[in-house]
Amino acid sequence: MKCGEVEKGLIAFVDERASATERRDVEAHLAGCPACRTRVDQFRGIANLLGEVPAIEPSFGFDARMWQRVAAEPQRASWFAWLVPQARLALSAAMLVALTVWMVKLPANRPQVPVPTPAAVTASSDQDFDAIKDLGVLENYDVLTKFDALSESATAEPQLHDKAQSDEPSSND
Amino acid sequence: MARSDVQLMLDVKAGDEASFDFLLQKYRSPLVNFLNRMVRDQATAEDLAQEVFLRVYRARKQYTPSAKFTTWLFRIATNLALNSVRDNRHQRMGISLDAPADGEDSAPMELPAREPRVDQRMVERDRVEIIRRAIWSLPEKQRAAVVLHKYEEMDYVEIAGILECSEGALKSMLFRAYETLRVELAPLLNQPAAPRGGEGRPS
Repeated sequence: MKCGEVEKGLIAFVDERASATERRDVEAHLAGCPACRTRVDQFRGIANLLGEVPAIEPSFGFDARMWQRVAAEPQRASWFAWLVPQARLALSAAMLVALTVWMVKLPANRPQVPVPTPAAVTASSDQDFDAIKDLGVLENYDVLTKFDALSESATAEPQLHDKAQSDEPSSND
Repeated sequence: MARSDVQLMLDVKAGDEASFDFLLQKYRSPLVNFLNRMVRDQATAEDLAQEVFLRVYRARKQYTPSAKFTTWLFRIATNLALNSVRDNRHQRMGISLDAPADGEDSAPMELPAREPRVDQRMVERDRVEIIRRAIWSLPEKQRAAVVLHKYEEMDYVEIAGILECSEGALKSMLFRAYETLRVELAPLLNQPAAPRGGEGRPS
């Protein structure tokens, strides 16, 4: 194996954490590579040097400062905290506006009375009137006032038609 | 029977602050030392260590034991340390750009590449301080890898988990770090350490 192929395993070899295979590969390489033998010796020296740096102790008062910071933490989120995030606030406002707009438009979209069916047309004139008196299209005073005339003309039309038929022979005459 | 870290954390989640104190006592020293080796300033290291514990405390309600507790703890610490180091570097660079070019009081910028070689510094600096500086001169991630490997004695899988890299990448990182240290600390390699108490000052 070349130097570059074993270099990844050198630190694990030095700190004796290499796997059996890794160790065998490195040992085989070191047997024929004086440069890497020197490198491994120096790595051991570096590991010893690093061990010379003493540890420090946290300063007096570390724990007290820590607990002060913990005590300053909010223990439980209040209902008001729910409102604080800007995204939630914006979403709530948008929903409120949408609801308001929808409610303002609601009466215009909803039909006030059911649309009369053909069966209703054949009902009595009083029922017809009740059914259609509130319709928007008939909120015309003229139409409403002439409603009786319209219903009469509707019933009179077949008579006129019959009359016209009976008149035809005389005109031909 | 001693409770595991995960069990302690689950107890913290259930509202037991004594368990949090137990974790604090157990890990404050390793964390402060790790962070001190990363940022090279004890006051900053302690602030960051407290921030780590505070984040653990804040996250207690959402805690699920998906990873080893120390992996989680040191991952938070590493991220905070890397951010702190980067922020400080930017600040230093900002200061050097704004400082007068020939100001009498302007201290030399502490960029590792521009520092004098180890053998030049040895006459005036403590041996331990030289080793500390050599560690600090490593790129941040290599430094974290060396500190976690050497001082926290973590295994490769855990360090790779903390640094969020593969085990192979970690081994390469450690090799490169030791190669740099081999050059930086070459003058000390053949010099035996002074007996303890003299704090390693070269004779």
